[in-house]
Order: sequence, then C-alpha cells, then structure tokens
Amino acid sequence: MGIDKKIPVAVLAAVLAAPFAVQAAGEAHVDHAMNDVGNRASLQRGARNFVNYCLGCHTAKYVRYNRVAADLGLTEKQLTANLMFTGASPHDTMRNGMSPDDAKRWFGVMPPDLSVIARARTPDYLYTFLRSFYADPSRPTGMNNLALPGAAMPHVLWEQQGTQEAVWEGEVDAQGNAQKHFKEFRLATPGKLAPEQYDAFVRDTVNFLDYIGEPVQLQRQSLGYKVIAFLIFFTLLAYALKKEYWKDVK
Amino acid sequence: MTEQVDAGRRHFLTVATAAVGAVGAGFAATPFLASWKPSARAKAMGAPVEVDISKLEPGALLKIEWRGKAVYIVHRTPQMLSQLQGMAARLRDPESAESDQPAFAKNEARAAKPEYLVLVGVCTHLGCAPLDKFTPGDVTVSADWPGGFFCPCHGSKFDLSGRVFKDVPAPTNLPVPPYTFVTDTRLLIGAEAGNA
Amino acid sequence: MSSTTSQNAVGRGRLAALQTWIDDRFPMTTLWKSQVSEYYAAKNFNFWYYFGSLALLVLVIQLLSGLFLAMNYKPSSAEAFNSVEYIMRDVEWGWLIRYIHSTGASAFFIVVYLHMFRALLYGSYQKPRELLWIFGMLIYFALMGEAFFGYLLPWGNMSYWGAQVIVSLFGAIPYVGDSLMEWIRGDYYISDVTLNRFFAMHVIALPLALVFLVIGHVIALHEVGSNNPDGIEIKYVKGPDGIPLDGIAFHPYYTVKDIVGVGVFLILFSLVIFFAPMMGGYFLEHANFDPANSLQTPPHIAPVWYFTPFYAILRSVPNKPLGAALMGVAVLLFVFLPWLDRGKVKSIRYRGPLFKFFLAAFAISFVALGYLGMQPPTPTYTMAGRVFGTVYFAFFLLMPWYTSIDKTRPVPTRVTYHGH
Repeated sequence: MGIDKKIPVAVLAAVLAAPFAVQAAGEAHVDHAMNDVGNRASLQRGARNFVNYCLGCHTAKYVRYNRVAADLGLTEKQLTANLMFTGASPHDTMRNGMSPDDAKRWFGVMPPDLSVIARARTPDYLYTFLRSFYADPSRPTGMNNLALPGAAMPHVLWEQQGTQEAVWEGEVDAQGNAQKHFKEFRLATPGKLAPEQYDAFVRDTVNFLDYIGEPVQLQRQSLGYKVIAFLIFFTLLAYALKKEYWKDVK
Repeated sequence: MTEQVDAGRRHFLTVATAAVGAVGAGFAATPFLASWKPSARAKAMGAPVEVDISKLEPGALLKIEWRGKAVYIVHRTPQMLSQLQGMAARLRDPESAESDQPAFAKNEARAAKPEYLVLVGVCTHLGCAPLDKFTPGDVTVSADWPGGFFCPCHGSKFDLSGRVFKDVPAPTNLPVPPYTFVTDTRLLIGAEAGNA
Repeated sequence: MSSTTSQNAVGRGRLAALQTWIDDRFPMTTLWKSQVSEYYAAKNFNFWYYFGSLALLVLVIQLLSGLFLAMNYKPSSAEAFNSVEYIMRDVEWGWLIRYIHSTGASAFFIVVYLHMFRALLYGSYQKPRELLWIFGMLIYFALMGEAFFGYLLPWGNMSYWGAQVIVSLFGAIPYVGDSLMEWIRGDYYISDVTLNRFFAMHVIALPLALVFLVIGHVIALHEVGSNNPDGIEIKYVKGPDGIPLDGIAFHPYYTVKDIVGVGVFLILFSLVIFFAPMMGGYFLEHANFDPANSLQTPPHIAPVWYFTPFYAILRSVPNKPLGAALMGVAVLLFVFLPWLDRGKVKSIRYRGPLFKFFLAAFAISFVALGYLGMQPPTPTYTMAGRVFGTVYFAFFLLMPWYTSIDKTRPVPTRVTYHGH
C-alpha cells in the first residue's frame, strides 16, 4: 500500500472509531426503551395513553390528529371516538387549554411541548424518566425523579405504577463528607399494573413520543431502499461507461 | 496492439447512462416540485367551515370567510324569491350555463334549499366585494332596481340569486361554493354532501 | 429508411445552424473546447481527485435545497423553530429537503477537507498554483461563515448558545471587542434582529460570494492546469500535436469518471439521509430540538463537528484573547503553505521521510483535535489538546526547515499510470 493510501486509511480508521469512543461525560444511567416504531398496535396504545395522561398539561403543537390517524391506521371515526376529547377537528394540531399563567402558578414552569421531546432527549431517557419517580416528602408534589432531580412534573402515572421509594447507600468520601448514592427502587405501594405491565405501558407511550418526534420515519427507510437500489444500478452503468471510454487511455 | 473502439458499445452505454440519469433527475426533481402543493397546514386552514344559521333573520345577510374569500349567506324571504321570476330578459346567463356552481345549484334559486342563498362574495369582473341591495326600487342603484347585489367598483349588478345583469362589466354569475346542510340550521361551506 | 436518414440530416443541419448562430454571438463552442473537450489533465488522477467535482455538486445541492427551504422558513425568533417543524411535517416532501440540506452541510465539509488534503499530499498549492490555493482558502473561509450563519437559523438551543459562544470570541479583541459584538448582533443579546440578518447573510450574501469564488477558483485552475499525484507538470512533455503526452481530454474521460464518483457519493449521501439523518447527533444535534432558551444553556456546548478541531485549539489556551488569536492563526496558516513549503518536490511520492512524518502527524492531530473539541474540557483532554495543537502548529511553522533539508527522491519526467 503506497504512502498515498496509508495516511488516509489511518485517518479514516481514526474518524470511524471516534464516535464509538465518544462517551458524553457525566451521563446518568438510562434504561433501554427498546420500542419499535414499526409496531402499530404499540403506537395505538401509546397514542391512547398520551391523550389520556399527557395532553392535559402538555401540548404536541406540531402534530396533527389526522396525520396520526393516517400513520397509525385509524379511520376518522376511530380517531374522533378514541383520541379526540377537546372539540378540535381532525385537521387541527394537538393543543390543550392550559394557559401559561396558570402553569407558572401551579408548576413554576409551563410544561414543555412534547412534539420533538424524543428527539431532544432520546426515547431511552424518556422511558427511564417515566419509571424513575419516587416518594420524596420534601417536594411540592410529594414525588421526585431520579432522572431529573427536582422535577416539577407530578407522577401522573402513579395509579398505574404504584409508588416507589428510593433506596440509598451511604458512604463517606475522601473529604470525610457523607455521600449517598442511589442503590435501587423499591415498590412501596403497588399500582394497578404489575411492574412488567407498567414497563410495557411506558414503552408504548415512549414509542408514540418517538413516532411524533418524526412521523415520516415510518416511510423514510422504505423509500431509502428504493433510492439506493436505483443509485447502485445507475453507478454500475456509469462505471461500465467509464471503463469503456478509458480503454483509450494507455 | 490497440483494440478498435467499439463505437456501437460506446454509443449504447452513453445513451443508457444518459437515459437512466435523466430518469434519476426526474425522480430527484419530483419532491421539490411537489413541495409547492398545498401543505397540511394550508389544507387545514382551507378546510370546510361550519356555520350556524339558526339566528339568521329572514332578509338578512351573513358574511363568513372560507379559503380567504368572503361567502355570503342570505336568508331569502318569499318576496325575494318571487322577485327571481321574470328576470330572464335582463340577465346575461339566467340558466347559469356559464357560471360556477355545484350541480344542485343550477336552478333559478341557485341553491340546495331556496330559502338560503350561499354565494362567493367576489365580483366576477375584477374581484371587489358586491354590496347587498335587497330593497326593490333602491334609488342608490336605479329606479327599476328589482333587488340584488350591486358592485360599487365598476357598477356590475346581480339579482337575488347572484345572476349577472346584461350590459355590466362582470361576465358571469356570482359563483356558488360547494356546501351542504349538516342539519337544518348548520351549513358546511366548502364540501358537498358525503364529501366532508 | 432514407427519409429518416435525410430527416436526421436535416435535423443535424438545423442543430448545426443553431450552433453557428449562437457561436457568432457568444463563445459557446470556443469555451466548450478550451475548458472541457480540449482541456488536458494528467491521466493518472486517483481517488483524491474526485473531491473537486464533488464539492461543486454539493454546492449545487445546497443552493437548490436551501432555496426550497427558504420558501417555507420564517426568519423570526417567534416563528423559526415552528417553521422548521412545519417543513418537516406539513410541507409535502419538506422533511427530505431539510435532511438534504442538513446532511449536505456536513458533506460539504467532508468533501472540502478531503479536497484540501489532496493539495497537501501532492503539493498542489506550490508555484504556479498559489493563487488557485488562495481562492480555495477564501472559499473555505466563506464556507465557514456560511455554516456559522446557517446554524443559527433553526433557532434551537444549540443554535442559540453556539452563536453566543462564537460571537463572544469577537469580544475577546481588545478595545473594540464589546462594540464589535453589539454590532454583529445588532442588539444587546442574540435576538430576532440577529436571526433576521444572519438569514440574509446565509441566503444571499455568502452564497453569491461562494459562487463567484468558485468561478474564480476554476478559472485560476484552468489557467495553470491541474496538478497530479506525481506532482509533475505534464505540459513540459508535449506530442507533435501540442497535446501533453500524459494528458487526456477532460471530456469525455474525466466527465465519465466523475459521474461514477457522483454515483458513489450519492449512495453514501442517501444512506445518511434515509437511514441516519441525525448521524448519532453529529449532523443534527439533540439539543437543537429544544427551542432557543436564553435562560438555559445546554449541558454540553460544542460547535458542529467540522469546527471542533479549531475549537479544541481555542480551549487549550487558558487566556481568552490569546486562545481566540491562536484559533484564527490556526486557520490562516493554511494560506501561507505555498511559501512555507521550501520543498523542490511536489508530491508525497517523492518527498523525504521528514515531510511524510509531519504530514501524517498533522493529519492525526487534526482528527484528534476534532475529537477533543467535542469533549468536555477535563484536565486530561485539555493537556491532550495542547499536545496535538503543538503538533498542528509544528507542521506549518517548522515546514520551511524540514522541507529544505528533507531527502527527496528523484522525480520522473512522465507520470506513473498503469491503465484501468
């Protein structure tokens, strides 16, 4: 391999290895959502969960109801019957009636819009977040969240999950200060759903959030196969043309 | 020893590559051109509008907006309806052969139900908003005015079904938009029955 | 059969007549011959020679996709973020146009960096191509500006804070720093005013500048002729017809070869667009899906990957004005390569071991600095940044020395070509 090639191969190897070496420092542990946006049934359940438990406080202002129906295989009747309680039309976006002033008074902050939350935070984070609430009497809502300490959001799904407690392990660090770190959750009061059922419930909801973050992802990949197949065909033809002409070059 | 140039092969490959390339260029152009079609938001904003006409008094006019245009809804009285007969001689297109309306409005009343007239309030001359002049003999129009619509911009006149008079600048009758009665007192402007 | 032949002849006759009509009024055929069908380039172009035409392709892709984005984008702080999601969801095929543009921005820098590296490998910046190199560097600067202005437009939180950091670099300039920042922003903080003017710069000013600079770049290239992997001037050995013996006409040989390059590029480009448009957060960052928030900084601000090598150099220096100055020098040093390089030999194939060592070390440092620029500034990473930064500067600053004393190999008179 001539020198012309050795350098670029080394550089290319370094460049390709770099993303795998990147570890964002200081990131807390996240569980894997393992959601499948191709699973329509899961998306439908997630949509139902979303409108019943999230839409009261959060909006999804870039998401149109009729787009959700089309992508999830729902008729307009199924859409209006199961997913629309606010008097909006199918062509409207997912809004709610919460005013910013009320929100500030009740929570200290306007609940963020969730249209692209899965792209901003990742589905794994959201899955972890919704399963990381624990009892904490020092907080106004009585609950805290391990993934977002000091979260203003109440544990909306407390009836499904039940109430968890956080178990801490005490340690004394080099400076002689008492450090506690998280050991595990313990389910103090069971909810309507068993833990695996609650995980599935959250997975479906996060799946829906993943989908609304980028609705076209369901079609984007299948189109990609066709585009690349065409381009490979074209490139092979162009290569044959090149070889034919370059016979001239000695 | 140099090979002879296979001109036939070269020509074939060149044409084939160019053709496939042209097809590819066509595929590539499609999304860009298609992006000019009305977006989901435009379609949402242009969606049919539901109107409650339960409070519309006889003889009164209600104006609403649909797709950026004014739509006039008139609750016609029996007198107004009787004015429609015998107008043919003064009208350019009494049978509405040339004008724009749904099939159900191709009649003298130009409506699904004669008591309610629904028109697009845009003069077919140059687009001004015609004024409602429903009183017969209204001298602000003319002494022999039977009642109807009068466009202030260039003087076009339309009868109580929006049919255009002869000898005025406007060429055709006022358009009737697609609409349907959802209930007896609710109109859906922008869609015909079964098409919402 | 004969009527078709004569019809073809008539058609060809008409076409020829049209050609003459145009040529009498515009140098169409003359230009075609001198710039394309009778422009001779060395026959031994390799992999590294695809990136010039690919850079031109990406420029056209960005202009087209950018134009169509501008048809729906709203450059106001209230509407910008909304309008991008409108494009992604409501505009037919808007998502594809957006991904083409965001991927194209990164593709532009990949292609341009490889294109520049070719010049380092083969000494393409050496006499008589110094002005060609300078045009190229001006294109690179314009491209950096274009990327900087463009990045604010989505008005995400990374857009906002990234702009905040870069603008504050100008504040490091003594005396004029603060006024300069206010002048750039047009306001006391990065606001709607800043966004609107950055939009004008990104959509009109810099694209125009880029197009004119690229035209100048190609004119300068054609004036002196392309270099080649052996670094020898093919015009010194001509045949009896005046055509360089090692030369081949750009059309059809390099048009046909570059089309294959385009095909391969488009396959890779499409793989990203359709299967990994975010590219793990490198091409579209997660934090940019949060709307701009002047009260909350993302946990980890870093510029987009193509600026991170220079960002790492900035951060290695504990003194802000000095760091900013050094970062500027790091970029500017490229311009002086034609004069720093005292080598008599152009191509790495005939250079001595010192040059090969320094070039390899430079390439590795550039990539390493790029990686470091993305990491949080821990003491270890900062130290590494200083080490690799020193190597980076050494490549340029020691070049007059190591290129003069380097033991080069004899350069052949004819290019190395094995037929393919």
